[in-house]
Amino acid sequence: MSEEYSLEIVNPEKSFLLKDDVTEVVVPAYEGEIGILKDHISIISFLKPGIIKVFSKSGDDSYYVNDGIIEFKNNNLSILTSLILNLKDIDKGKISEIQKSAEEELGNSEISDQEKYLLDQKIEVLKSMN
Amino acid sequence: MASLDDLKKRISSVKSTQKITKAMKMVAAAKLRRAQESAEKGRPYSDKMNNIILNLSNGISDIENAPKLLSGTGEDKVHLCVVMTSDRGLCGGFNTNIIKKAKQYFQKVLDEGKNLKIITVGTKGYDQLKRLYGDNIIERISFKDSKNVNYFDADKVGKIVIEKFEKKEFDVCTIFYNQFKNVITQIPQEQQIIPLNTSEKDENSSEDNYEFEPEEDEILSNLLPKNISTQIFKAMLENSASEQGSRMSAMDNATRNAGEMVDKLTIEYNRSRQAAITKELIEIISGAESL
Repeated sequence: MSEEYSLEIVNPEKSFLLKDDVTEVVVPAYEGEIGILKDHISIISFLKPGIIKVFSKSGDDSYYVNDGIIEFKNNNLSILTSLILNLKDIDKGKISEIQKSAEEELGNSEISDQEKYLLDQKIEVLKSMN
Repeated sequence: MASLDDLKKRISSVKSTQKITKAMKMVAAAKLRRAQESAEKGRPYSDKMNNIILNLSNGISDIENAPKLLSGTGEDKVHLCVVMTSDRGLCGGFNTNIIKKAKQYFQKVLDEGKNLKIITVGTKGYDQLKRLYGDNIIERISFKDSKNVNYFDADKVGKIVIEKFEKKEFDVCTIFYNQFKNVITQIPQEQQIIPLNTSEKDENSSEDNYEFEPEEDEILSNLLPKNISTQIFKAMLENSASEQGSRMSAMDNATRNAGEMVDKLTIEYNRSRQAAITKELIEIISGAESL
């Protein structure tokens, strides 16, 4: 039996990625990383800033996401995100740009604890990429 | 009758206007293709988002405690209308159609004795509404500087709407935009985004039991604000495609009209030229005869 399922990543501007030979996807969910294999139970979850790892027959890829929602149903995984970047062709300048704006936002004292947590996460991930 | 010189000037001015409208048509056609593409590409995101929300709201057992963005405030007193128009003119009936639709709605709201608040997106909408509904306009937004429609602009509008909702400034929110059907047809739309209209059930939404992480309500309360931005973004994409389509057909018409006008003026010019020649000939001949 095959162990592949299909993955679709969409951002508001376009359908970013479509693959139907995915064996495993690791997503940075809100309460920790989740690895999704075939026949996982239907799930809806949030993403925090982090790295999505996609393992497939045709090659492995990693992407940075800012936020997102995932839905897994009937062996279809959909990831909706407002900002996604392929780690392969990302440039250092862009990373530090995002990092800088996140740090600036963190300096703003009016943000809630939840936002603070997300921003901390974001900066940590971005630092590890640099 | 206009003199020969005047006619000549008019012909050349109409011709140069025709050149401009022709160029504008070309530009609009090129932009239209891009706008149409991005409108099509943007659809999966908003469709998926809608689907997830439908699945989620079906799963909610406790309607009473559902997030306010989904169920509404329980009242129906203050209506907020987001009227989305273009920043540039010369695009046929594009803006007027949206405004017409919106005005009907405004009248209905006011007739029922309810409060009306308006947010205009795009300068043309503000220009057309300020005379009649100037007091109702609470915010005017324009994205004149952004070249392409992008999600962050939509997000800005979405955040303003949500902020006002949280401050309890309105109960119902409706957006107005033009849906792009094809180059000649754009359909003005009104769409209620708060409270969300969940009556349109999707046949795909099964009674699947989802696992949620974190809790259902937390997901919903995070997802709903995003959905509002997404809906506004979708409206902006549709709008920009419609705007270009409308401009293209308007400019096409203008070019054709200018062509007809040039033909008419040319005939008139030739007639009066001939008349002048004939007159001169008659003068010469009768002058010679009288000798």
